[in-house]
Amino acid sequence: MSGLSLNDITKEFGNFTAVDQVTLNVPHGTFVCLLGPSGCGKTTLLRMVAGLEEPSAGTIVLDGQDITSAPTHKRNFGMVFQSLALFPHLTVGDNIAYSLRIRGASRDEQNTRVDELLKLIHLPGFADRPVAKLSGGQRQRVAIARALALSPRLFLLDEPMSALDAKLRESMQVELRQLQQQLGITTIVVTHDQREAMTMADLVVVMGEGRIRQAAAPVEIYRRPADAFVADFIGSTNLLEVSADSAGRATVLGTAVAGLELPAQVAHASISIRPEDIHLTTPGNGAITGTVTFIRDLGGTVETFVEASGKTIVAVATPRERPNVTVGAQVGIVLPPESCVVLKK
Amino acid sequence: MIEKFLRRLYFIAVALFLAAPLIVVLGVSVNERQDLAFPPKGFSLAWYAQIFTDEGWRNALFASVVLALTAAALAVAIALPLAWFLWRRHAPWAHIFQLLGVAPFILPPVITALGLLTFWATTGFYGQPWTAAISHAIFFVTLPLVTLSLGFASIDRSLVEAASTMGADDRTVAKTVVLPLILPYLVSGYAFAFVLSLNEYIVAYMTVGFTMETLPIKIFNALRYGYTPTMASVTVFFVLIAAIVFGLIARFGDIRRLLGAMSSDGK
Amino acid sequence: MRREAPKAITDYAPLLFPALMLIVFFVVPFSTMIAVSFFKRQQGGFYTPDFVLDNYARFLSTFFGTVLGFSLMLAVLVAVCCVAIAFPFTYLLTKRSRKVQTLWLVGLLSVLSLSEVIIGFAWSTLFSRTAGITNLLVALGLMAEPQALLPSFGAVLTGMVYQALPYTILVLYPALVRLDPTLLEAARTLGASPVKAFFNVVTPALRNTIVATLIMVFVFALGSYLLPQILGRPRHWTLSVLITDQAIYQSNMPFAAAMAVFLVLISLALVGLTLLVGRREAAA
Repeated sequence: MSGLSLNDITKEFGNFTAVDQVTLNVPHGTFVCLLGPSGCGKTTLLRMVAGLEEPSAGTIVLDGQDITSAPTHKRNFGMVFQSLALFPHLTVGDNIAYSLRIRGASRDEQNTRVDELLKLIHLPGFADRPVAKLSGGQRQRVAIARALALSPRLFLLDEPMSALDAKLRESMQVELRQLQQQLGITTIVVTHDQREAMTMADLVVVMGEGRIRQAAAPVEIYRRPADAFVADFIGSTNLLEVSADSAGRATVLGTAVAGLELPAQVAHASISIRPEDIHLTTPGNGAITGTVTFIRDLGGTVETFVEASGKTIVAVATPRERPNVTVGAQVGIVLPPESCVVLKK
Repeated sequence: MIEKFLRRLYFIAVALFLAAPLIVVLGVSVNERQDLAFPPKGFSLAWYAQIFTDEGWRNALFASVVLALTAAALAVAIALPLAWFLWRRHAPWAHIFQLLGVAPFILPPVITALGLLTFWATTGFYGQPWTAAISHAIFFVTLPLVTLSLGFASIDRSLVEAASTMGADDRTVAKTVVLPLILPYLVSGYAFAFVLSLNEYIVAYMTVGFTMETLPIKIFNALRYGYTPTMASVTVFFVLIAAIVFGLIARFGDIRRLLGAMSSDGK
Repeated sequence: MRREAPKAITDYAPLLFPALMLIVFFVVPFSTMIAVSFFKRQQGGFYTPDFVLDNYARFLSTFFGTVLGFSLMLAVLVAVCCVAIAFPFTYLLTKRSRKVQTLWLVGLLSVLSLSEVIIGFAWSTLFSRTAGITNLLVALGLMAEPQALLPSFGAVLTGMVYQALPYTILVLYPALVRLDPTLLEAARTLGASPVKAFFNVVTPALRNTIVATLIMVFVFALGSYLLPQILGRPRHWTLSVLITDQAIYQSNMPFAAAMAVFLVLISLALVGLTLLVGRREAAA
């Protein structure tokens, strides 16, 4: 099989299980984001792919070849570290040429490749600068160029943007995604920033407590979260209890929701519904009745907090479709059934 | 105002206390005749030339320099793999060797000297010149061990990981990343050991004192038979060597960091 | 980089040479010395393996008691003088610019590395009748005639303080340079003058450092063996001098070794105490 497969990977540190039976297939040329809160095992998983940690159990297979215990230096992967790990004693050019130099490439070969890569990362002519004289964004690019110098089989990045300020981070995300598409290289990025994952990835892998909670395309993850953890971690959401009443209708907060169906044999479940999917109308007509408790007008969006049966529900609208309500008003809450995702328990 | 004045006065007093004996020796060393006189009578650099022209002094200088060069090299050869191992591997028990490396420097020197004297006498090598080199290497191994441990601790471990993802094996990492980064610490460790070995008296005296004269031994022997101005010129020579070596370390490295200041404090 | 426990036998290879050197040339000699301290002395500088406590029994003499008492008293005096001078000095030094600090550190290291022989010679010159400091006093009209200031106790003490002062400053330097400057600024905003703040804030905050430094300098001063000989009279000789004398000139190795073991025990006890004080400071 072409691509990377992780089969039942487990990593234990003493009594602590950092990664728990992770299985994942990454087709060639895919951009994967490992996403999760800190301590979820995503960095450990990446380090195992790189060979910097050895799995306690399971196998790592790349293009049909088992590389589980191959030493790091024989894997030919490119990696960008959280600290960037640029060699302080070398210039920009020598940093980028490092992997070529230790393989005995000639000076000319090195220079040609360095110039090529500097052009790719929009820093032509920087070869002779000392690393210490670069800005944060420039260091970031040099680290990327260095990792790509040998056209690696896999491109791994561990929280690569964490040192950049918010604006720069956003533009680097776009740039990195474009670079990856241009080169067609299989890429795995570890991040805790869901916006970053949504911007760049073909495949988002949400991890929690050492396990994969869901692996799917970004929109799929957002629209169809597998469980409450994923729904809550990706964007903001309303998590509501749903139960079947005596007539078999799905009921939320004491009101039957027309069109919403629970899977067979299930009496109780949770649903996730995104704030932008909730409509606020006048009370009645089968809508859930609630009281507006707070309105947050952010300019670009308006968030309305509504309390119903002791539960706070958030609805988001653009200013154009802003509901005409004030704090204290009674409103009807409409949950479009096609937007309600019934979550796994 | 008064406080500033007092502070300056205090600095001057300490500086004067530290410099006074050396200034007097400097003055004495340029006396024209073989007098112990200050202020000097006349001016002559003859006593400096004597270090190199007089056979006894020249031999002592040569012996000292050779001893210091080899002892410092040996001390670094012991300290480097030890410090590297302690940094590279997780082996708490190996710290016992670190303790052994520091012990000779903390204990009163006469103890190490006496231990080595009994050892060389028992094994029958007493008086051989090379025993002094080994003795000094053990006595001063602390210095490169401390500077190198500091050096290794300052290396960001992700640099090593980065190198290995780019295809470098352990040996290549050591050569292309670790060594260049600890080189300043290695050089300082060597320089510290060199200068202190050059000045060391009691260990050298107890191990090879009866067969070989290093400069400090020669000065002390000369001192017992009275004064010769060459003692003064040699002293000035020694101070200059020390000042030049430490000056170079300060120029090319961060001496404040080596002596325990944090690297990040901006002043 | 993973810091793994060594697995293969080759992983231990780097340790081989250092371990061998330190064991053969430090642990073995040290153990030999301890063994010799129990040996029986023969006439003519030889000794035979035995287990006698005679060498230790000699400690009970008045002569030895006097030397020991003098050594300890001298070392305490040196330590107190050094810390008293060095503490405010080091504090003020850490407030100066980076460049000034570096300059001073180079100078201090240069003096620290000087051989005891050279320090002894330099001070014997400064205290001599013909080239010494008294000539200056005569020139200033404060003294009628130049005179030699040595051998004397004052000369020994001055020489040893000179030798130990750079060491003291360098031991104090890390603690003082890392001292949180906001501590002092807080005191200043509360109305304390710099001098008052130094005595009321800095000194108490570093009390344990001061105690540890006193002990370190004390051990350092115990090791002085040439200055008492060059600058003092025989009654100013210390334990270190006595050990050298017994080993080399009296050829009584077992007795010298016994005294050395005794000195090790004192030093170790004090170094242990320093570590204990240091740990309490780290915990505080």
